[in-house]
Amino acid sequence: MGFLHTWLPYILAGIAVGGQYALIAIGYTMVYGILRLINFAHGDVFMWSGLIMVYLITVLPLWVSVILVILFAIILGTTIEKVAYRPLRTAPRMSIMISAIGVSYLLQNFALYITGGLTKTYPTIAWLQKTVTIGTATTKMVTVITPILTIVLVALLVLLIQKTKIGMAMRAVSRDFETSSLMGIDINRVITVTFVIGCGLAAIGSVLYFSNYTGIQPMSGAMPGLKAFVAAVFGGIGSVPGAVVGAFVIGVAENLIKGAGWTTFSDAFTFVLLIVILMVKPTGLFGEKNIDKV
Amino acid sequence: MDKTLNSKTKTLLSIACIAAFLVFVYIGDNTIPPGSSWKMMITVIEKGSIFALVAASMNLLNGFTGLFSLGQAGFMLIGAYTYAIFTIPGKSHDAVYQYFDGGLIKWSIVEILEGKLGVLGHYIGMFIPMIGAGLIVALIAFLIGIPVLRLKSDYLAIATLGFAEILRAFFQWNTLGPITNGSNVLRKYTTYGNAIFPVIIAGICIAIIMLLINSTYGRAFRAIRDDEIAAEAMGVNLFKHKEMSFVISSFFAGISGALLAMFQTTINATPFNTVMTYEILLIVVIGGIGSITGSIIGAFLFTAASEWWLRGLDAGRWLGISSSLMRPGFRKVVFAVLIMLIVLFYAQGIMGSREFSWDRFIAWWKNLPSNLKSWPERHKAKATARKEARATKAAAKAKAKAAKEEGEAKKASGEKLFTPLPTSNEVMVFGKEGK
Repeated sequence: MGFLHTWLPYILAGIAVGGQYALIAIGYTMVYGILRLINFAHGDVFMWSGLIMVYLITVLPLWVSVILVILFAIILGTTIEKVAYRPLRTAPRMSIMISAIGVSYLLQNFALYITGGLTKTYPTIAWLQKTVTIGTATTKMVTVITPILTIVLVALLVLLIQKTKIGMAMRAVSRDFETSSLMGIDINRVITVTFVIGCGLAAIGSVLYFSNYTGIQPMSGAMPGLKAFVAAVFGGIGSVPGAVVGAFVIGVAENLIKGAGWTTFSDAFTFVLLIVILMVKPTGLFGEKNIDKV
Repeated sequence: MDKTLNSKTKTLLSIACIAAFLVFVYIGDNTIPPGSSWKMMITVIEKGSIFALVAASMNLLNGFTGLFSLGQAGFMLIGAYTYAIFTIPGKSHDAVYQYFDGGLIKWSIVEILEGKLGVLGHYIGMFIPMIGAGLIVALIAFLIGIPVLRLKSDYLAIATLGFAEILRAFFQWNTLGPITNGSNVLRKYTTYGNAIFPVIIAGICIAIIMLLINSTYGRAFRAIRDDEIAAEAMGVNLFKHKEMSFVISSFFAGISGALLAMFQTTINATPFNTVMTYEILLIVVIGGIGSITGSIIGAFLFTAASEWWLRGLDAGRWLGISSSLMRPGFRKVVFAVLIMLIVLFYAQGIMGSREFSWDRFIAWWKNLPSNLKSWPERHKAKATARKEARATKAAAKAKAKAAKEEGEAKKASGEKLFTPLPTSNEVMVFGKEGK
């Protein structure tokens, strides 16, 4: 019982962070599944939705600002796709990746300009900050809400992908880009929907993630973004449930490492995990076998 | 293109240009007073040459071997720390490592050699840790390369990015404090006296990279970039050459890290993050992926723009325009937008995959007036072509829409849209016609 008493708070925090990573990771995994592109700007869309929340909450009630933040993230994400990725669709893969890096650089610098380099205080959402006691550990409401909300949203997303027409189109496009366009699927629409879903979930994730932290600054999105990407790779890139499992594993492991007093290496662990998984099973836990065509 | 000069004249011209540049830098650094705004130019040349070296090393990897690696900042970090740790004078150790009892290493290579060989020893003492920095980075890159280089394009990018982050965490680890000073800055180590030092070192290193690229190894690297399978079939050992390119590139990244440490006079692990790698990558892109001279030009343009030309954007006044929009940080936004424009509309960069040559330069110079004169015409022609393309596209779209409407109408009226294919033998799908 003593073991659980010491570690339960860390495990709970890990599950909560894992849920937040999962919401970001879905955006990475879906975009990679369809465009074969690491959307380096995704972490910055996440950071920007946090930043917009800081500004909106000063004038609007909570629920309106949350909805507006989600809308903002969706508009930002789809605009990035239209302006920076669509013109390069036939270009070599390296150019699109460089474009993604350029967008990330732009978003970070723009945030630096807007905030003046200062750390902005994230608003306290009273309801999410309520204290709850689970077993022996006392924690905040957000820790309980996050995994539940994540699971519900992911279940809805899986339903969308498996049961609806647009979901079927997404699966087809991720399987074979060219053939599906020949079959009359509107590729651009499918990609836009992918970005809408990914960015919307990242915005929800940002509300949950940043309410755990006091401040937000232009580089806040980079680390969670990279970790979420690792989660997506761990679970098998292109697979939504895989990304979620990967995110929970990373979240819990990271907090256990912090609990053991190795805080310096909690970020590094993520990358060790990435390298190990790429060495041992490059397709990830749930990834499909990729056959290289000659 | 007609040959304008013989090769001997070209070599002489190149040597003369380089010598003039070096003299200019040397005199400039000695004579321009510190307060002058032209001093910025010398700073740009110093920093630009350091970034030119690291960009050239990244280009060797990304542009010539086709390995999309994003670990450059991590390698620079090791280089910078290795150099700094071994050149902090003994008497400064207590001040620098104030939280770690004066540190573990209580001597400096520079001091030891200076005591024995005088001024010559001072410079040898600076070279040894610098080369050592490169070698240590190369060793670490060799070890990292064994697992990582088996990965393909974007996985390689993420794995190298990950390793760079791990290295950064490692250097900030408190347990290593007696050597790396934990998360505190390293300072008071030996630096160079004149701006000509980094220019010469970076120049020599870039020349070596150029020689390498034009050797058989360089050709093997390019073969791997263009087609791995074909290269392997021609007898190029893929892993050996990839590892070689990775190690050599990292060696030079390490040297440039050491130079950067000297330039900054204090170093800390925090700025060697992903943003730094992105900046190096963007320099390579601006200059042209696959062109070393492009990387050099890109590095100088990048540093000049970010450190010097666009400074006014932060201060509120630039080119005589003043606006309340211009406050700290605006420079970086404008800069990032410019880079995005280059990435989107000018993807081949300044030099594309070509290198600088006197023939091309002279031809360009000769044709410049006529090119400038014909520019409005060419621009007009381009605009008309674009307009035509747009019109054709619109017409095609309208046609498709009409066809769709017709189909819908037919469907509504109950007509069959597809007539079944005839089953006779006359239908040839992929055969020759007119049998």
